[in-house]
Amino acid sequence: MELNRTTEHRHPLGQLSLMRFRIFVREPAVLFWTYGFPLLLALVLGSAFRNRPPEPVEVAVIATTGAEDCRDALARTPSVRVRWLNAQDARAALRAGKVSLVVEPDRPRTYQFDPTRPESRLARAVVDDALQRADGRVDPAPVKDRLVTEPGSRYIDFLIPGLLGFNLMQGGLWGVGFMIVDMRVRKLIKRLTATPMSRADFLLSFVLVRALFLIVELPILIGFAHWVFGVPIRGSLLLLLALGILGSLVFAGIGLLLGARPKTTQTAAGLVNLVSLPMIVCSGVFFSAARFPDVFQPVLHALPLTALIESMRTVMLDGAGLVAVAGQVLVMLLWGGFCFVVALRLFRWQ
Amino acid sequence: MDRTPAIRCRALVKDYGSLRAVDGLDLEVMGGECFGLLGPNGAGKTTTVEILEGLLEATAGTVEVLGCTWRRDARRLRERIGISLQETNLADKLTVEETLVLFRSFYAAGPEIESLLELVSLTDKRATWYTKLSGGQKQRLAVACALVGAPELLFLDEPTTGLDPQSRRQLWALIERFKAEGRTVLLTTHYMDEAERLCDRVAIVDKGKVIALGTPRELIQSLGGTEVIEFTCDGAVEEAWAKALPGVHAVKSRNDGLALTVEQLHKTLPLVLAHLQRAGRALTGLSTHHATLEDVFVNLTGRHLRD
Repeated sequence: MELNRTTEHRHPLGQLSLMRFRIFVREPAVLFWTYGFPLLLALVLGSAFRNRPPEPVEVAVIATTGAEDCRDALARTPSVRVRWLNAQDARAALRAGKVSLVVEPDRPRTYQFDPTRPESRLARAVVDDALQRADGRVDPAPVKDRLVTEPGSRYIDFLIPGLLGFNLMQGGLWGVGFMIVDMRVRKLIKRLTATPMSRADFLLSFVLVRALFLIVELPILIGFAHWVFGVPIRGSLLLLLALGILGSLVFAGIGLLLGARPKTTQTAAGLVNLVSLPMIVCSGVFFSAARFPDVFQPVLHALPLTALIESMRTVMLDGAGLVAVAGQVLVMLLWGGFCFVVALRLFRWQ
Repeated sequence: MDRTPAIRCRALVKDYGSLRAVDGLDLEVMGGECFGLLGPNGAGKTTTVEILEGLLEATAGTVEVLGCTWRRDARRLRERIGISLQETNLADKLTVEETLVLFRSFYAAGPEIESLLELVSLTDKRATWYTKLSGGQKQRLAVACALVGAPELLFLDEPTTGLDPQSRRQLWALIERFKAEGRTVLLTTHYMDEAERLCDRVAIVDKGKVIALGTPRELIQSLGGTEVIEFTCDGAVEEAWAKALPGVHAVKSRNDGLALTVEQLHKTLPLVLAHLQRAGRALTGLSTHHATLEDVFVNLTGRHLRD
């Protein structure tokens, strides 16, 4: 047996990172979830919520004799679509939301509508304006409208930074947390700790490879958003990249913490979902976190995903600099540091 | 054989909750020998080995490996030993060569990957993913991973369990070559033929204790006889008359029959047959074999290794 010793040596951290890299790229499903899925999501949501020409307001006029003038006046108004219904059908249409407003033409003219529905309030304003003019009102001051639809204020512009954050979170929680538990379940961690391998190298390799993938991931998504949907990047691209790397390290740390103890992949998947689902809802991925009641705002802003998304959003859309996002950076640093330290203490090697 | 012990453990105890897996086990493995822990599943073999490997913490007792303790010299010890765990799962989608290069990178010194591949006959599988290997090839790769640091001491936990006969023989040859270099091997198995073929000395383990220790030959000779007669009849058979026969050293009841350990087959067998005929019992089965470590285990515990 030639167990002749050579001391030719490759760096274990490099080899461990290479292992993670290979395992990752050889798993087509993982590649799809990392790269394909966010692009698909951006494409689908971007087209679903793309800006359409303004919808006309739907209005019913109760069919009574002598109300034809009223109906015709509304029919001439371009932003109104009018229906001619009997009283019962008109109420039903209002209840079902098919119309936003019902006009009872008898004097005094009565508008039926639900004031909690914004489109109904809009309908009331538009309809009243049209009917008053038809009745002969003259506006005392002339006005002119100039219509502006600008990149940076559309839904897709809001969505892309949210998707970036979402993606970095999923990559960290699943790519680190779940993968570690998977390796533990398969006793691969046990086998590795039976060698002189440095445990720090092992953990570091996860973080390194996450950061490496991010450097590919971020430009793809941002480039896609920029070229396909014209999403603006007003701030520094370098700052955006730095925020992305910080975010990915933070979520690698959280992933490490989630993966530190579980002995089954089911537990790990449950933990990852437990942590990620509330943040997907609350941290402003798909809609602004500002919509939640004020009492929750301090909590929402302390979440790592909120911090990541809001900082990236301000840099991309408002062109903010580092100082403007310092608060969010601090929140992320605290989360990352806390999770790494606790994860290292709790980690179950065998 | 080197006279300094490669492994020495005293009064080893390991509790899992209220279950005592290892119950005051003593062991001394000499440098350069191949030592076998033989016992049924659940006897505490794997727990013992994993404590010796520094992967589990003992509840009580002392362990010394290559003159060091895990508490003080873990890192240095890891460089000097090689481990093949029971059911090793390596990364599915790494190739044989990538796996070896990875493991090799953890050790300061060791053989070249090329010579390792050759040693475990996986040279033509070097670019194959782990998942695509056969059971025997996976096990040889696991052993190769244990050898990447050119260890002085090799731990093999049930290296051939579940393998086909040809794969088992391939692994045996590999272990014999390692041993021939004067390195030490500690292996666990529940195959007595494996222990008899590979091991210089064997400890038979049952319920967390060593119940017999010696070379395979010594252990078999301790039965008194070296041949075993087993027979079954229609209905139960008493033991007493068989014990009284000349040349019979041990008698064990087995189902509808007896197992006798005898010195000389040609003298005792006719007596047995004659007795049964006189008693008017019809034989339903009869076999004889050279005594094995299995018979030693049966003799000590009344149970089979793979019950």
